[in-house]
Amino acid sequence: MPSVSEQSHAHAGYRPASDVSIKVENVSITYRTAYEKIPTLRTTLLRLGRREKLVREIEAVKNVSFQVEKGTVLGVVGANGAGKSTLVRTIAGILPPTEGRVEVVGRVSTLLALGVGFNRELSGRENVILGGLAAGLNKMELEEKYEEIVDFAELGEFMDLPMRAYSSGMYGRLAFAVAIHMDPDILLIDEALSVGDAKFRRKSFDKMRSLCAEDRTIVLVSHAFGSIRDLCHQAVWMNKGHLEMWGEANDVVDAYRDFLGVKEDRTDKEDL
Amino acid sequence: MSTTSAEEKAKEAISAEREALADGHLLPEAYRDDEYGERHVYLPHKVGLPPMRHYLGLVWKRREFAFELSRTTMRAKHFDTAFGQLWLLLNPLLLGSVYFLLVDLIRHHPRPLSFFAHLLGGLFLYQVLQTGATEGSNSVVRGGGLILNTAFPRTLLPLASMATSFKRFVPTLAIWAIIHFASGGGLTINMLWAIPIVAMVTVFSTGVAMFCGAAQVYFRDLSSFLPYLLRIWMYISPILYYWDDVPKHIQHWLLLNPMASMLASWSDVLQKQQAPPLNLMLIGTGWAIFGLLAGSLFFISRERDFAVRI
Repeated sequence: MPSVSEQSHAHAGYRPASDVSIKVENVSITYRTAYEKIPTLRTTLLRLGRREKLVREIEAVKNVSFQVEKGTVLGVVGANGAGKSTLVRTIAGILPPTEGRVEVVGRVSTLLALGVGFNRELSGRENVILGGLAAGLNKMELEEKYEEIVDFAELGEFMDLPMRAYSSGMYGRLAFAVAIHMDPDILLIDEALSVGDAKFRRKSFDKMRSLCAEDRTIVLVSHAFGSIRDLCHQAVWMNKGHLEMWGEANDVVDAYRDFLGVKEDRTDKEDL
Repeated sequence: MSTTSAEEKAKEAISAEREALADGHLLPEAYRDDEYGERHVYLPHKVGLPPMRHYLGLVWKRREFAFELSRTTMRAKHFDTAFGQLWLLLNPLLLGSVYFLLVDLIRHHPRPLSFFAHLLGGLFLYQVLQTGATEGSNSVVRGGGLILNTAFPRTLLPLASMATSFKRFVPTLAIWAIIHFASGGGLTINMLWAIPIVAMVTVFSTGVAMFCGAAQVYFRDLSSFLPYLLRIWMYISPILYYWDDVPKHIQHWLLLNPMASMLASWSDVLQKQQAPPLNLMLIGTGWAIFGLLAGSLFFISRERDFAVRI
């Protein structure tokens, strides 16, 4: 199995800064979290009484370096808990690194979990406005994009209803439509391609292809080998926080699949 | 040797960049390169805090989000409808009436209407803190979806709660004014002192809202016992009684309660229409600044944790 440095030189190498969209340099991410899913003062006091530890430290990402060139679709593969989502959240600026440096050139749009960013009590329209304002757009820009978002999500008459009335497919369609209509130079997607029906998936896939053709950069976290092979130029394989491999998408998927000892079947394309 | 030297150079470069960020010379999110557009640089936080000038710049740049969040939150609770607006006025009035009757029952002899005006004025101002703390405590956890998906200064979430709290406070002044004038109260230039006092309470409450918002992430049951704490806090503040009725030796101890100096000044200004005592104003200002600094620094230093603890 090639080492990270070998992969760097063999496949991507270091290009001049002008071509680089995302540069991840010696990044380590450690965070502390509670043992309970929902920590309370009661559970904290009980733990203190039993002289148990209150928090555990998780080294999610360990000294990872790679870069993504402009117009590249980068797949991120790895087992659950490998550090994929944490790494992408750091690229998005949501979780600052503990060590190292991340440089991102361009406007970033995120779709890091389906439906997140949405308040179920508010209408679809209000959620689109709030999400856009939080992402740094102003109201005028959002009003210009609003109709395009609604058309893409095919949610016309539902936009003024509270989102608690939405089905999970409608939720996902709106989230995807918002993410891709924020004029992103860089789109970060975490296991969120399998939204809506087959027709909408096809439309999402085509939209991502057109974003690539416009020289936009996409980072796609997925467990579906088929999606990574079809959409991505390059891929990184994360394993227990380490960057196990970085290179051509097919090579990385092959290596990861061999590591898992599994065969590809039609479910590997379920994202599409 | 060469590897170590390269690592040292890289560390020096990162350190220089971090200093530039802290000095505000390099603003990654606001930085626009003519050729490449936006450029974002993410570095480890220094002592848990992001570069503050840059951070505050981002808060200002995205202030529209906080106002919009406050507006939509009020709309979701139907406060934009006629009945919603009416409830905003009736609820504190009914609460004030209950306390007025209760105080009368305990004292065994009725208080004049001017005391009702004092009680309502104090209660309404206290609700800036109460609503700010209650809404603020839920703001981060409730905004979890947005926190997990979007990079923005999380401070905007409790700030939106404070905007809601302030919007709910303003209409209640009309009720206070009706009772005040009905009880024979006047209108003097000294009542302008009310403005800095409201500012003090708002600033202090903002700090409390931020503290509660961050604390709720670590202790999700905080919102369950917060109403009881706030009720006790209200009882030890000069709302159900006049500040002057408190024995002098107890007043010193009560000043350890940040709201005591502010509410005592508020009552002096509104009921007696006189300038508040300088010592109370200075103590109130001190508490307001301390509250904001302590609450905001605690919140911002914990911000990084939110994305992994929600």
